[in-house]
Amino acid sequence: MMRLEKRPQPSRAMALATPLLAVLATMVFGGLLFAVLGEDPVQSILTIFWQPLFGEFAFYYRPQLLVKGAPLVLIAMGLALGFRAGIWNIGAEGQYIMGAIFGAAAALVFYPLEAWWIFPLMVICGGLGGFLWAMIPGLLKVKFGTNEILVSLMLVYVAEQFLSSMSLGLLKNPEGYGFPGSRNLQQYASAHNAEIVSGTGMHWGVVAAFIAVIFAYVLLTRHRLGFAIRVTGEAPRAAKFGGVNPARLVLFCLGTSGLLAGLAGMFEVAGPAGQITIDFNVGYGFTAIIVAFLGRLHPVGILLAGGLMALTYIGGDIAQSQLGLPAAAIQVFQGMLLFFLLALDVLTNYRLRFGAAEVA
Amino acid sequence: MDLSVINPILLLAALMSAATPILLAATGELVVERAGVLNLGVEGMMIVGAIAGFIVAVNTGSPALGFIGAAAGGAVLSLLFVFLTQVALANQVASGLGLTLFGLGLSALMGQSYVGVKPPRMGDLNLGPLSDIPVLGPILFSHDAMVYIGLLIVAGVWTTLKYTRAGLVLRAVGENHDAAHALGYKVKRIRALAILFGGACAGMGGAYISLIRVPQWTEGMTAGVGWIALALVVFASWKPWRVLLGAYLFGGITQLQLNLQGAGVAIPVEYLAMSPYIVTIIVLVTLSADKSRAPGSLGRIFHASH
Repeated sequence: MMRLEKRPQPSRAMALATPLLAVLATMVFGGLLFAVLGEDPVQSILTIFWQPLFGEFAFYYRPQLLVKGAPLVLIAMGLALGFRAGIWNIGAEGQYIMGAIFGAAAALVFYPLEAWWIFPLMVICGGLGGFLWAMIPGLLKVKFGTNEILVSLMLVYVAEQFLSSMSLGLLKNPEGYGFPGSRNLQQYASAHNAEIVSGTGMHWGVVAAFIAVIFAYVLLTRHRLGFAIRVTGEAPRAAKFGGVNPARLVLFCLGTSGLLAGLAGMFEVAGPAGQITIDFNVGYGFTAIIVAFLGRLHPVGILLAGGLMALTYIGGDIAQSQLGLPAAAIQVFQGMLLFFLLALDVLTNYRLRFGAAEVA
Repeated sequence: MDLSVINPILLLAALMSAATPILLAATGELVVERAGVLNLGVEGMMIVGAIAGFIVAVNTGSPALGFIGAAAGGAVLSLLFVFLTQVALANQVASGLGLTLFGLGLSALMGQSYVGVKPPRMGDLNLGPLSDIPVLGPILFSHDAMVYIGLLIVAGVWTTLKYTRAGLVLRAVGENHDAAHALGYKVKRIRALAILFGGACAGMGGAYISLIRVPQWTEGMTAGVGWIALALVVFASWKPWRVLLGAYLFGGITQLQLNLQGAGVAIPVEYLAMSPYIVTIIVLVTLSADKSRAPGSLGRIFHASH
């Protein structure tokens, strides 16, 4: 008989090992999945994980790692703060959209004026858009005790509808020959979130992601508020007796994650995406949930996990064009990763014991 | 704008059909939550059920077999949730989210070659003279079999929970799993069965969208219905008959906004399409004051080691 025995303390070694084991298991089972789809499993896995980094065209793909990783890390970092305190914002996708709309609108209002303050204004408005959108579930939870999971998720669908209304209406490019979508911000110098060093993929969103990671690290390890977050997640009753104000914590966690998701959306629309379109959002807000868990809700872990997840996006694109692997296969692959992680996580808190259980 | 094109009888008749996917999914989730498990994967199980049912129906030519396939598909996916939360003792919120993300990807993968295919039609049930009654006939007695099966499932769940021993055990497990365990009930086995039932119901709800409501396959076609179903369980204070009421309310709103879009109301289509989600939020706000009805062990991990 096999049974689980609770560890007195969560194992640190297992906490570090499980993400790696999960990645390995995903590679094996992902390979099997690709084999079922009629692809060479080894070839597919190599295409996804090896080609973008060391393949023939790596010079093109490596910068993409930063471009795709930045929004994931930025969003996941904010989500992780809440997840640690047991506050579940799963509507980051909506906050990302609202950040992009607010940021782009701020620039388009002043088009074609060229001024240095336009980009900073966009950053402020983008962050504000995400922040306000996240404040809706936050305030409703604090005031009425409404479930933040459901409200934040419902607001994703509302934001998606708002996005299509904006790209077909108010923000539509007047010189766009009737096509839906806003003006392209890449052609508007003051608003363009261009690469800081050309050819590296390093744009302001990447810088913001690194800053967010450092801030979160300091907050969680050195600041009283970070301590309050950790205590609330691990022992809610103890936190209450310790004088943690739960309402303020909810607003802080939701607000911060909304702000960061909004910034991610704004940097994306001003840079790599360029314009507000109906299908502007590609699911970063949801993938970031996987990134947050894969990174163990820890800032450094999230940085690494964001890189890995960006790799699967890029590798997935390559596999799609070279091997004809369907786009959905990568989505399944990413979902698998989360499953293996959650399943293996049991080893952090429990020990596997073999032998008959004694009768209680 | 011409509101006279909206026929109230047809609207009420369509309401019953529009409510069925939410009703099925929410009833399944109600049983899961009464057993003390919070499964946020309803959306994922619905979409997998939608494509599984679609594939079976197209290949066999039988919508009835399609619904059975959909129930099987949803239940198989929910097995993953059983493994994660009952065996590996993983966090239920994270596992449920994972189930939804995985289900959305998996369904897209399964459905690749089914885009644009027409499924076999499921005819309306022939209820003879009942369907000919003026007003009541078209509203109540001229639907496909799944509408009535949905109602039967609600009635079945209600009687089981209220009047049978099995229902009492299920509620005991949900209210206090330690006490239920001490009384000798197999907490994990009961929860696993509840989760499988929830998966099967969600799967059928999804198939109702892909086989009857739309009817065709598009990626992500459940569009948040699974999440609305989750909200509905809270709205219903974990009571089956209130789930029915809530499902008809949401079905009505969905149908009304579709009809208003058709009637060319001055409100842009996007804002009408937002309305079911906004109404869900408003309903959650007005009802979330009363949490006393929630099962005592909802969302808590059970590990019998001491």
